[in-house]
Amino acid sequence: MVYMDNSATSPVDSEVFEEMKPFFVENFGNASTLYEIGRVSQRAVAKARQQVADLINADTREIIFTSGGSESDNFAIKGIALRERSKHPEKNHIITSQIEHPAVLETCRYLEKWGFEVTYLPVGPTGLVDPEDLENAIKDETFLVTIMHANNEIGTIEPIEKLGEIAHKHNVLFHTDAVQSAGKVPIDVKKQNIDLLSISSHKLYGPKGVGALYIRKGVKIDPLIHGGGQERKLRAGTENVAGIVGFGKACEIAQRDMEKNTAKLTEIRDAIIKRVLDEVPESYVNGDLEHRLANNVHLRFSGIEGESLLLRLDAKGIQVATGSACSSQKLEPSHVLTAIGLEPALAHGSLRLSLGVENSIDDVDYVVDSIKEVVDGLRKMSPLWDYTNQKYIEINKEDVY
Amino acid sequence: MEEYTDKVLDHFAHPRNTGVIEDASGEATVGNPTCGDLMTFYIDVDDNDVIRDVKFKTFGCGAAIATSSMITELAIGKTVDEAYNITRKDVADELEGLPPIKMHCSNLASDALRAAIEDYRKKQDNT
Repeated sequence: MVYMDNSATSPVDSEVFEEMKPFFVENFGNASTLYEIGRVSQRAVAKARQQVADLINADTREIIFTSGGSESDNFAIKGIALRERSKHPEKNHIITSQIEHPAVLETCRYLEKWGFEVTYLPVGPTGLVDPEDLENAIKDETFLVTIMHANNEIGTIEPIEKLGEIAHKHNVLFHTDAVQSAGKVPIDVKKQNIDLLSISSHKLYGPKGVGALYIRKGVKIDPLIHGGGQERKLRAGTENVAGIVGFGKACEIAQRDMEKNTAKLTEIRDAIIKRVLDEVPESYVNGDLEHRLANNVHLRFSGIEGESLLLRLDAKGIQVATGSACSSQKLEPSHVLTAIGLEPALAHGSLRLSLGVENSIDDVDYVVDSIKEVVDGLRKMSPLWDYTNQKYIEINKEDVY
Repeated sequence: MEEYTDKVLDHFAHPRNTGVIEDASGEATVGNPTCGDLMTFYIDVDDNDVIRDVKFKTFGCGAAIATSSMITELAIGKTVDEAYNITRKDVADELEGLPPIKMHCSNLASDALRAAIEDYRKKQDNT
């Protein structure tokens, strides 16, 4: 099996798993209790908190543990919005981008029902937000900008330092969803003008079900989850100690191995892209080629559809993702591909390979040869592909019954 | 997403009757690349109105390819009238089921066959 869907989830690192094991059966204590095993849990959580903070150059007190990226995004946006509404009700404007993860977009849409106004900034053809668009969108009522650090589909890395600078110039808070970038790209919340930041454990070889929200000291936020006062009264609920311990360890390992992993993944990524673009007619890369995650390969092929591409690769033991409509529950093509200007017919033939540390340069030939074979086989039976001349056929509406 | 049956996966992995028929008795294209489904069907009909051969080209997901393949097997050997009455349920049943969200694919396959038959009938009327 060749697993290349790490943007969906990644396997737990064996060192991480070892670190977690004691906290299920032996050291099962509730971190808020006063006796010995409670204190053991509390110390383990504190250690993990520091490990997460170190990954992004934050202070340990600025890290709040959550159940993952979606909760962190919800917490950041709703928490700031509700706080703002209670203090300055005239400030009701949020700015985000059109390519955010649904955890951000759906939260914004939900807040619109409650009377908040949201601007969804467009992106360029490679998925980049133009800082000038942000500058022009900010107004007196704006209290929050939320723009992701790296896009989960096409891998484009946004200029968040510049975007944060613009937000701060106008006294607006800046949140970034760093779920796909944390542990892969160096992050310095102080230098990069970030007030809030979401991280997810299972995207960086930690366990699922845990994540964090970084909240800069001094930023006031309403909790999403009220209750027993854990996480400095900002996020109630008995701590998921084993998960948190694993998450912390995963962050430490990611920090330690970042440079080495980036170099290796970049090499594999670029090798795949080069061979595919050279050897498969009418194949293209989606996303920015320069400002791009080291592990993201996002391709599109004219004349064929993504789900069938994915299933045939699966039959060859290669596990990847697609942005096609047929593969989604909504039967609409990916909103990210739509935002970068792809016509639906072209968006359907997309394929995302998100590499991980388990992949090696030796996988490249098998993967590319398989892609070539599958694409060729599907094109042979596609009404949108002229197989003899190896090119896309535009269908006229009149020819369709 | 609900799983595809083994029969669907088989027809998807090894589709029967892909290709074109030159000077087909009837042919038609249905669907919409915008939605992600497009099918072109070709039929070869003999003097007794029996479908001798069906070929197809499909742009679409696993279900789209599988239903196209399955319907060609159901149609070959039938008269055009019998083939015209093949429903999407017939196709889905032969495939031992389709996830509800994919039922529109079997609909499209039966639409495609019917459109090709109507093209054949129109050509008959013209001769």
